[in-house]
Amino acid sequence: MVDILPLTLSKAEVRRAGKPILGPIDLAITTGGATMVLGPNGAGKTTFLKACHGIARLASGGSDWAVERSEAELHQSYVFQSPILLRRRVLANVMYPLKLRGYSRSDAADQALSALTNVGLADAKDQMAHDLSGGEKQKLAIARALVTKPQVLFLDEPTASLDGRSKREIEAILIAAQRDGTKLIMTTHDLGQARRLAHHVVFLMHGKIHEEGLSETFFAGPKTEAAQAFLKGDIVE
Amino acid sequence: MSEFWEGISSAFWLIITLDADLVDITIRSLQVTVTAVVIGAALGIPLAAWLTVNRFRYRRTTVAILNALMGLPPVVVGLIVYLLLSRSGPFGVFGLLFTPTAMIIAQVIIVTPLIASVAHQALRDLWADYHDLLISLNTTRWQRIKTLAWDARRSLLTATLAGFGRAIGEIGAIMIVGGNIDHVTRVLTTAIALETSKGNFALALGLGFILIGMAIAINIAIHWVSGTERRGRW
Repeated sequence: MVDILPLTLSKAEVRRAGKPILGPIDLAITTGGATMVLGPNGAGKTTFLKACHGIARLASGGSDWAVERSEAELHQSYVFQSPILLRRRVLANVMYPLKLRGYSRSDAADQALSALTNVGLADAKDQMAHDLSGGEKQKLAIARALVTKPQVLFLDEPTASLDGRSKREIEAILIAAQRDGTKLIMTTHDLGQARRLAHHVVFLMHGKIHEEGLSETFFAGPKTEAAQAFLKGDIVE
Repeated sequence: MSEFWEGISSAFWLIITLDADLVDITIRSLQVTVTAVVIGAALGIPLAAWLTVNRFRYRRTTVAILNALMGLPPVVVGLIVYLLLSRSGPFGVFGLLFTPTAMIIAQVIIVTPLIASVAHQALRDLWADYHDLLISLNTTRWQRIKTLAWDARRSLLTATLAGFGRAIGEIGAIMIVGGNIDHVTRVLTTAIALETSKGNFALALGLGFILIGMAIAINIAIHWVSGTERRGRW
């Protein structure tokens, strides 16, 4: 299988109602450990993820994968901040992306069940997705995202507003996915989580990259004042 | 009040004795309405789905017109269909006026906008929920329509039943294009109007109860078959 990474953003810019909300951004995201997108509220983290994934349209500049876009689209998944679940049973939710790709019902069911087992939801397979708890819903969304074995998984605050236990379980699922060869590109407000998972950090402010680099370097001593203040827990605007 | 009780008892006797005329009229009512609703749903639901997932310039106007057409006055629809189907009209050669087919045509025109509009509202709400996910999964337009229609199937059923409710009790259009001809185009509503004008209140009321009872029975049967309102489903 061909690698879709690196993802190269060149002067990528997103506007809403004429105003720039992201960019211009020049960045290359390569294979290897997780890329963590950090920054204060309104910095453009979600827009950044959506622009990379291709669901936020660029006003100018480019965002290119190593392969054709149509090919790259097949090897990436996105987990939204508040999980979007189909009004179906748990198993049917996970089967859905496979059926879109033309899998037979029984193949899709087998693979979906194994994806659900990986996130610990196999016992809930016949429940309606909307009856799950908050943490379970997010795990279901992650199982559905992983069932297509993506090379790149985007996650927008996957553990926001979840309790400690769900958070730990989800981090374990993500680490396992990473071990299986999925590159994580995610945003988080939780600095502890960022330290635990990040390999590469992109610090955004006002829609621009304020600082970027390996996580060890970033967390040991951020170069910019804003990033230092952010890591100290000060309010950065 | 005495007419009221007589109405109930005459409805009772008509049903118990399986009155031949009553059976004939009831079957025709169902035939015309069910055919019209099936055609109306086959036109209205795809139209609603298409309007939901497509963005085009006059979309809002189209939806507004569709909503307005829900209130289409049946008498006017009847008149227009009458003119189109009459001997001198453009479709006169088919000789459809005063046949059940003419009644079905008029009712299709009445129920299609209603079904389409109610279905569109349900599909649009679901689309707002699903939009980001279905975009992220690179669904084709056809896959989006299928997903929305399947997951909103109970709302689509409700839309269809709303169409049934409007058609089964409708009289303005079918009276004009059907003509209330005994054993040919007489249905429950036109029979009720006729018996009322003859002063035959008990029979009219009896037919009325049968009409209402049938509408309720069909709604309950369809809901029961499709399993709505059971086991915490929305």
